[in-house]
Amino acid sequence: MKTEQTEPTEPIVPETPKKAPKEAVIEINNLYKSFGTLEVLKNLSLKLYDGENLVVLGKSGSGKSVLIKCIAGLLRSDSGTINVYNQNVLAMDRKELDEVRQKIGFLFQSGALYDSMTVRGNLEFPLKRMKEHLKQKEIDEKINVALENVGLLDVIDKMPSQLSGGMRKRISLARTIVVDPKIILYDEPTTGLDPITSDEISVLINDIQKKYKTSSIIITHDIECARMTADRLIMIQDGEVYEKGSLNKFEKSTDNVIKSFFK
Amino acid sequence: MKIKITIPVAKAKEIARLQALKLSEKTLAKSSAANSFLTDIADVVLFITHLMKETFSRKFELREFFHQCFLIGYKSLPLISVTGTIMGLVLTIQSRPVMVRFGAETLLPGMVAVSLIREMGPVITALICAGKVASGMGAELGSMKVTEQIEAMEVSSTHPMRFLVVTRVMAATLMIPLLILYADALGILGSWIGSNIKGDVSFVLFFSQAFSHIGFVDLMPSVVKSFFFGAVIGLVGCYKGYNAGRGTESVGKAANSAVVLASLLVLIVDVIAVQITDMLGK
Repeated sequence: MKTEQTEPTEPIVPETPKKAPKEAVIEINNLYKSFGTLEVLKNLSLKLYDGENLVVLGKSGSGKSVLIKCIAGLLRSDSGTINVYNQNVLAMDRKELDEVRQKIGFLFQSGALYDSMTVRGNLEFPLKRMKEHLKQKEIDEKINVALENVGLLDVIDKMPSQLSGGMRKRISLARTIVVDPKIILYDEPTTGLDPITSDEISVLINDIQKKYKTSSIIITHDIECARMTADRLIMIQDGEVYEKGSLNKFEKSTDNVIKSFFK
Repeated sequence: MKIKITIPVAKAKEIARLQALKLSEKTLAKSSAANSFLTDIADVVLFITHLMKETFSRKFELREFFHQCFLIGYKSLPLISVTGTIMGLVLTIQSRPVMVRFGAETLLPGMVAVSLIREMGPVITALICAGKVASGMGAELGSMKVTEQIEAMEVSSTHPMRFLVVTRVMAATLMIPLLILYADALGILGSWIGSNIKGDVSFVLFFSQAFSHIGFVDLMPSVVKSFFFGAVIGLVGCYKGYNAGRGTESVGKAANSAVVLASLLVLIVDVIAVQITDMLGK
């Protein structure tokens, strides 16, 4: 479990209080997104700092997944700005967006492994598309390293249908890290998994952060996952930021909505 | 005798209000249906525009295109072989007694060949392909949509429209005419088998008689309309799959509606093609 966390404006590492705040790798300002008459995100603003794990909590339907899909450019927001490394995603054309996406890894809720490809094919696909200069030998090497990091090198030639839910999630994570992203967006990484496998995934998230020096947004409503991975938390309620702060602040909160999550 | 019925003003007002409410509900329902229809049309137009734009973009997914050609063409061969042979066989068995009665048995190979090449071969093969190919595309893309595989592709800097849709539509447009020609050839072979059930016709004689009745005006319109059949089947299959809803139920719906719409459009394209051929023939 992580130690007490700090506010965004404060230094992230408590042991070095004089250290300047880290650079924001993602900065979202006044984001609005509606589907027809349904307003999903309302004036949402947040920052993700370099090297931190930001956990976004919220009930189902509160707009968490919509938020990270807007960041990855999979959904277009109605207004506001989303800056990834100081570049506004909303003002980008397809080519520029593809370049920014090289820095972003996305772990989908369902894993989203390609059914028609083997595990090797699943990992090879983004590598061949995003790192066109790589030779086959280098691609194979990267695939092996990514699979080793998730502890599943032995299933390299299996089809996704032959894997368990937890294994699919790990392979999906391997596919995310194989392209060396700087930012990883996790969409409910532990949903549908048993508590033991959920903990394993949470540990893996922390290991990846250390190993690859990534900054991550972790969308979840699994409090155990939040406890294990969060450097900082944000709670979204009805498309707005309801509360933000450290894990300690959330756990000690007397607010009923927050308490209902942490009971 | 006149009967005077009096209704209190308040009750009359209430009845009027309820009637107005019913009327407005009906109007709203009609307007919503019209809106939905117009939205569907706009979706189709946008989809085709996007498809065209991606088709003529510089980066064509050649490898995936060949893979789709293999799946649509080669993997359909057993089904089309059986269908094509049966078409010719049945047509011959059904027509032979009538042709014999009129003393026109020698015209049987030519009649079967012309009807197969001009109409039966293309339409029946296209309908079979609508069932196999369009439903397959609808289900595959629909399932990819539901399981977020299309979005996963997009975050991997891959254009799903270019990778998934353009390749499938192009492969269907190219492979279905080839399958139709193959079915035509097997249909004539089936016809020869049918002729030999109750008669004795040599293979060479049968084929030379069959081909002596086929001209450019029989073959060309058939080949041209086959390309349209292929395009329609690919387009409908991909459109239905790509625009499937969120739940697993929508995968079944996408596959089902792809077959129905593709079959219907094949028949509509056939009617238009026949009219155009007829007009050009005059």
